[in-house]
Amino acid sequence: MTSTHRLLGLLCLCLLFPAGAQAIQYDRVDTARSSIRFIPVLMGTKTEGRFKNFTAQIRFDPDKPAQAQAKAEVDLQSFDIGFDEATDEALGPNWFDIKRTPKATFVSTHVKALGADRFELTGNLTIRNQTKPVHFPVTLTREANGMARLDGALVIKRLDYGLGQGQWAGTGTVANDVTVQLKLFLNSQ
Amino acid sequence: MAQSCLVSNKGTCMSDQPTRRYTPAAIALHWLMACLILALYFMGISIDDFPIGPDRIMLVTWHKWLGVTLALLWFARIAVRMTHTPPPLPTNSPAWQNTAAQLTHIVLYVLMIAIPVAGWLMSSAKGFTTTFFGLWDLPNLVDRDKALAQTLKDAHGFLANTLMLLIVVHVGAALKHQWIDKDHLLDRMRPERHTS
Repeated sequence: MTSTHRLLGLLCLCLLFPAGAQAIQYDRVDTARSSIRFIPVLMGTKTEGRFKNFTAQIRFDPDKPAQAQAKAEVDLQSFDIGFDEATDEALGPNWFDIKRTPKATFVSTHVKALGADRFELTGNLTIRNQTKPVHFPVTLTREANGMARLDGALVIKRLDYGLGQGQWAGTGTVANDVTVQLKLFLNSQ
Repeated sequence: MAQSCLVSNKGTCMSDQPTRRYTPAAIALHWLMACLILALYFMGISIDDFPIGPDRIMLVTWHKWLGVTLALLWFARIAVRMTHTPPPLPTNSPAWQNTAAQLTHIVLYVLMIAIPVAGWLMSSAKGFTTTFFGLWDLPNLVDRDKALAQTLKDAHGFLANTLMLLIVVHVGAALKHQWIDKDHLLDRMRPERHTS
């Protein structure tokens, strides 16, 4: 075989098995399709609010979770609980206090593989200038064309962040546990 | 205790016979649901006077819990009604009054279930689940929709006001039998007293 033939053979092999199919790295979040939902429980009744605007940076190779990085910044002003008076209260000083702290942030510190495209995400969540470590499971669902969906739910203690001041400080009507549900659509370059 | 004087089909007074009452289950359900309906109505009309806060959440939640309770009792009530023949209508009243009474009862039964269902739908459209004392969740029947929520809220309120109006008619008619006709019709809905 000539060297030209060898080169041709290698080229064919590369076309058949593109490198990207084996090691994929997700590095963009399609925020327009993604959602972050905030689900409080009021005396057993569940309702939910959404944060319409947020930005997220991610670098995530499912095969190398130890090197994964994720960071998100949520525009609290974009919160909507579907009921204007309740939304106003949520944005006010008793809850998100958007005048003083307009953003909530999450910065990952560690990602651990749990097997079968499930991972444990550990990081620091900051709301109202209160930073607390959190960890929660996420599930990756791979889609066509180098895209994927990442689903996860995190239960926070709202009082850890000072969410619910004054008349809301008790947990008799609004439970301390609030579920934050993530659905992120990831793209690779 | 004096027995009631219900007139038999043959036009004779049946006062020497014991009053034909509703069954104890029907009597219990009637009064229990009457109390619940009054409580629910007055809770319902005060909700919008409360600003967003824990007190309002408590009021709305209890209103919904008691509303689900009322709906569950409704099924028990219908079951009792369908398996037991109620006492006959008074024969001393004009036919139109008996027809009006029957129609009123049918509409009362319909409203007693339609109002809680409208409330449940309204909660769903507002994006809030409904539970039974926090013990189990009812499914949200419709997706969150502000316009639909407002329509359902109006319907829930309109039907509740209609129910209150019919209750006034119902109570007025009962008192007319008690005080004007003096036929002791109310005894049929009174728990039996055992006197020695």
